[in-house]
Amino acid sequence: MARNKESLVLLIEVGPSMHGVLPEVEKVCCLLAEKKLIYGKYDEVGVVAFGTTDTKNDLTVEVGGYENVTVLRDIKVVDGALVDVLHQLPRGSARGDFLDAVVVGMDMMIKKYKETNKGKKRLCLITNAVTPTRLPYEGTKEDQVKTVAAQMMAHGMKMDCVVVRAQKDWDVDKKIVEENDFLLGLLSNKSSSKVYVGNATSLLGALRTRNITPVTTYRGDFELSYIMKIKVWVYKKTCEEKFPTLKKYSDKAPPTDKFASHEIKVDYEYRSIEDPKRVVPPEQRIKGYRYGPQVVPISSAEWEAVKFKPEKGLKLLGFTDASNIMRHYYMKDVNLFIAEPGNTKAILAISALARAMKEMNKVAIVRCVWRQGQTNVVIGVLTPNVSAKDSVPDSFYFNVLPFAEDVREFQFPSFSNLPSSMQPNEQQQDAADKLVQMLDLAPADGEEVLPPDLTPNPALELRSKDPSANIPQIDETLKRITEPDPELLHQNTAVIEEFCRSFELKENPKLKKSSRRIREKPTGSSEDGEGVAAAGQAMDAAEYPSQVKVEQDSNTVQEFEAMMSRRDSPDWVRKAFQSMKDKIYNLVEDSVEGDTYQKILECLVALRKGCICKQEPEQFNDFLRHLNKFCHERHLDSLSDFLASNNVMLISKSEEPESNVPETEARVLLLKEP
Amino acid sequence: MDIDPEDVFGDEDDPENEFYQEDQKCVSHFEAAINSISVSLKTQIINRSYDEVAICFFNTKEKKNLQDLIGVYVFNVPEREDLDRPTARLIKEFDRLQESFSKQIGSKYGILPGTRDNSLYNALWAAQALLRKGSTKTADKRILLFTNEDDPFGDMKGVTKLDLMRTTIQRAKDAQDLGISIELLPLSKPDDDFNVSTFYADLLGLEGNDLAEFKALAAERFEDIKDQLRKRMFRKRKVRRINFIIPGGKSIELNTYAVVRPTNPGNITWLDSAERSFFCSDTGALLQDPPKYFQTYKSENIMFTANEVSDIKRVSTGHLRLLGFKPLSCLKDYHNLRPSTFVFPSDEEVVGSTCIFIALHRSMLRLKRFAVAFYGNSTHPQLVALIAQDEIMSPSGQIEPPGMHMIYLPYSDDIRPIEEFHTDTNLAPRASEDQIKSASSLLKRIDLKNFSVCQFANPALQKHYAVLQALALDEDEIPDVKDETLPDEEGLARPGVVKALEELKICVYGENFKQEDDDTMGSQKTSETSNKRKALKELTVSELKHYLNVHNQPVGGKKEALISRILTHMGK
Repeated sequence: MARNKESLVLLIEVGPSMHGVLPEVEKVCCLLAEKKLIYGKYDEVGVVAFGTTDTKNDLTVEVGGYENVTVLRDIKVVDGALVDVLHQLPRGSARGDFLDAVVVGMDMMIKKYKETNKGKKRLCLITNAVTPTRLPYEGTKEDQVKTVAAQMMAHGMKMDCVVVRAQKDWDVDKKIVEENDFLLGLLSNKSSSKVYVGNATSLLGALRTRNITPVTTYRGDFELSYIMKIKVWVYKKTCEEKFPTLKKYSDKAPPTDKFASHEIKVDYEYRSIEDPKRVVPPEQRIKGYRYGPQVVPISSAEWEAVKFKPEKGLKLLGFTDASNIMRHYYMKDVNLFIAEPGNTKAILAISALARAMKEMNKVAIVRCVWRQGQTNVVIGVLTPNVSAKDSVPDSFYFNVLPFAEDVREFQFPSFSNLPSSMQPNEQQQDAADKLVQMLDLAPADGEEVLPPDLTPNPALELRSKDPSANIPQIDETLKRITEPDPELLHQNTAVIEEFCRSFELKENPKLKKSSRRIREKPTGSSEDGEGVAAAGQAMDAAEYPSQVKVEQDSNTVQEFEAMMSRRDSPDWVRKAFQSMKDKIYNLVEDSVEGDTYQKILECLVALRKGCICKQEPEQFNDFLRHLNKFCHERHLDSLSDFLASNNVMLISKSEEPESNVPETEARVLLLKEP
Repeated sequence: MDIDPEDVFGDEDDPENEFYQEDQKCVSHFEAAINSISVSLKTQIINRSYDEVAICFFNTKEKKNLQDLIGVYVFNVPEREDLDRPTARLIKEFDRLQESFSKQIGSKYGILPGTRDNSLYNALWAAQALLRKGSTKTADKRILLFTNEDDPFGDMKGVTKLDLMRTTIQRAKDAQDLGISIELLPLSKPDDDFNVSTFYADLLGLEGNDLAEFKALAAERFEDIKDQLRKRMFRKRKVRRINFIIPGGKSIELNTYAVVRPTNPGNITWLDSAERSFFCSDTGALLQDPPKYFQTYKSENIMFTANEVSDIKRVSTGHLRLLGFKPLSCLKDYHNLRPSTFVFPSDEEVVGSTCIFIALHRSMLRLKRFAVAFYGNSTHPQLVALIAQDEIMSPSGQIEPPGMHMIYLPYSDDIRPIEEFHTDTNLAPRASEDQIKSASSLLKRIDLKNFSVCQFANPALQKHYAVLQALALDEDEIPDVKDETLPDEEGLARPGVVKALEELKICVYGENFKQEDDDTMGSQKTSETSNKRKALKELTVSELKHYLNVHNQPVGGKKEALISRILTHMGK
């Protein structure tokens, strides 16, 4: 845990020019803090606001200057108070100087950690960079920035600059903006990353929650052939971030024990099947693999002797045209191949290959065995990643490719062979073209919307909001990820409308409703019968209001019998019972002066027969008692009388041994109770 | 039933005495047939182990079949129905059959003049009876007929011959009418080609062009049986039906398919029972109930029941919602997390889905754009890229089906800024024009022209299957599996390639660079210690500490430190 611990100082500009976006910034920073509470609860965070009316920082006391910079929170382990601080950022009235803020932030870090925590210290600057920085006492601004950057390097600090440029037409001085951008560029080129964000969603994505100390997957030679080798390191480039696993809770510890961990330990014990008394140690367990219908046991010792043991190493198989590797064959998360840091010759070699590959549009095929003792090999493709930034060396992305066994050769019909009714006509194709063209998320003149690098995972955000709230609400910022942007839709209303007009969709009339309904039912079988059945009916009724009624009346009994006779799943019987009971209740409720009594009688007789047949007399008995009570409450005693006169009674012990009702009582109940 | 017996096949064999008398060097037809059946059984048990198979010989001395027909012998082993999934025992005994065949079953030509016996007729009848099991709707039923006799009724004359031929062809027709297909695998004599048209063309119902193509295909089929890759086959089956919601309220129906998925060596069945028990780590009490879950948040424990946990996970709707389109260049190589999923439209419930899909598909191909959509999958709600893939055909069939591939995009949380992890104040070195040029010439030299993504078999998996087969069949030696993934050493040693490599090396590394030498020199010196270090690494920390204890050394520090301490102690 402590390995990935990081310390972060948030530097937030709160001057007048930022007031417009501050609500967003507050929200995003709160989310960041909340995420930290879950993902990095040992991380330490400090908060500095600049452009504030007041001044409160160590440097101003010690050396003077550094006005309008307020330390809102010293560097401390994350807690609830941090969220509160970020929730209500002060609105400042002064012009913010980001360079001052950076220096204050650095000073806090240096004082707190001295030389330790190298590489785990991060400054995060959130600004719009439209206000000018002060002229330093000596030298130029550029010199000052260079000194700051050098200091940062020396102390192993990193910095993320998030530049919020929401409103383009803000009343700003172009020259100042350019100067600031230049300074920030200088700073970032030397030491850190800089991102410009346009909207709240990408602001959320730009703020990295967790700073993971990367671990190499492989260090060693990349072998072009025995003649030439290049020293490389391999890292993971993408890796799915998951919600932390919940721990199992034990309530055994006494409530007075404040330090109880409440955790649960799991213990496994393995026993041999032939001799259940003998406990097998975990390393002596025997694996079995299927060979046809049989299972072939292979002990780990045997396996060890014969298994596939490739030598560790990366070997080049050759180069090929990029078009030979289709994008959808990438199998896994992505790795990054970089030359061994500090090894100039290796960096040059990688750079030469990457640039040549980029120029010729080629990719390299490599065979990888990351570790000694690994039992498989990986075949993958290297694609060049020519760096745009001067300080970053060129590298390769590595994607795993499938083996022959991994590709399933499913055949699908050619589109051109499909019937003409499924082929779009010219006008439809035109509408589709327009939609594809206009519903543009990466306009040539603007910024790409939802770039993966700046799009946060809404599920992680949601769940970290407040774990105690059961069904989290998606807020507007995250809706931009799960739903189309209303503004974009609005701009293209005409195109979308034309598209919708061009194509017609309708339900398949050939598909029978009943089959559809039946197909849906087994899926609901894991749920509690009643609720789902009711919901399903409500839906059906909404879809086919008129037909359903008729159908219900005529086939209830047949449908019930058909369901009872199905053998593919025991759930059918339960379903049948449930739906029958629901229908009887409906009939009772719908009855007007006894017009449905005959129908009810038929249904009850069928249900009774079914219950006896399936040896579930209590199902029926309970139901009948319940129905009786129900009738009584609604003053429908005439129904009870009607049923009694038609000899509908409880299932007695003599009829079905499972029943608890003696024969003598079977008839009595209906007549005498309530 | 989860997996249906999709392909049932009856093999028949027609051994003839003459082959035993033939030259031993030449593999007899009977042996060839037996071998190819044996190989195909071994492949089948891994590829499609739920398929059922029966083996039936005809023209035999002995008879063994349900109908008690003369000259037909159904080969089987105990604990197995005649038509059933192949078992290790079946394969094992079948392999041994060659030696015991003449004793156990024996061969005798069954169609003799003067009698009305017709072993071919009987064999077809027996095979049809074997294939009675299962419906043709769920299973694909086949009879594979191995024979070397192109004219089974050659010895007969006149009306009897015509009559026998007619009844036999009628029998075959009956079988075909029942949905059983008959395939012929002819084994031709060296000096005499197998003439299909004498009799079998009628039996199989071949006409015109089919007849001409038959021979070439038959030879190919024989090769196919022998060279099949051991590869588990999957039936085409949709993973899920999803609704694709297009802005404006149109919702079309798509089916998803898993076309590319890593194959694992199959499920492991542990041969001992496992018992799991929960203990409270505070009190040590044994817990019975399925426990609740909790998470620490703001130093409080927040509790969840198992139901609540699954509720939280189920926030999304399961629909695929179109957000917009981007040019293909926006999809970077590192935007990948998992194998892609193939989507294909369906008109099953919503008529018109396919039409919209095709229109979008064509537009996206032409405009070189991909769609960005939000896939509200219940376990992994995710942004996905939909890439249109045009159909690619080759003479042997479809290589890439038409449709779209759904690529799961990472979120910013999933992407790591590794490139910048090692940056320092200096500018990063960049290759010069010359260096790039010599790299280009190397690229041209080592060019895999017709590389296709799945040309390699997974050596680990093939080895696994080979070991499994050897153990299951009690084979003495484990067959060697060729590792196709190793680089082509010969190709790399070609003078042109070597020259290009040398040039690049000098160009990048400089004239006097001696990486190899440095390495080998250094490693020789250090090899002894490094070997020791490696050996020590294998030991556990407690074992290392034990050694240090015995030698009165301090036992503190990490494993690495312990090893160094031991090495220095040993060096003394």
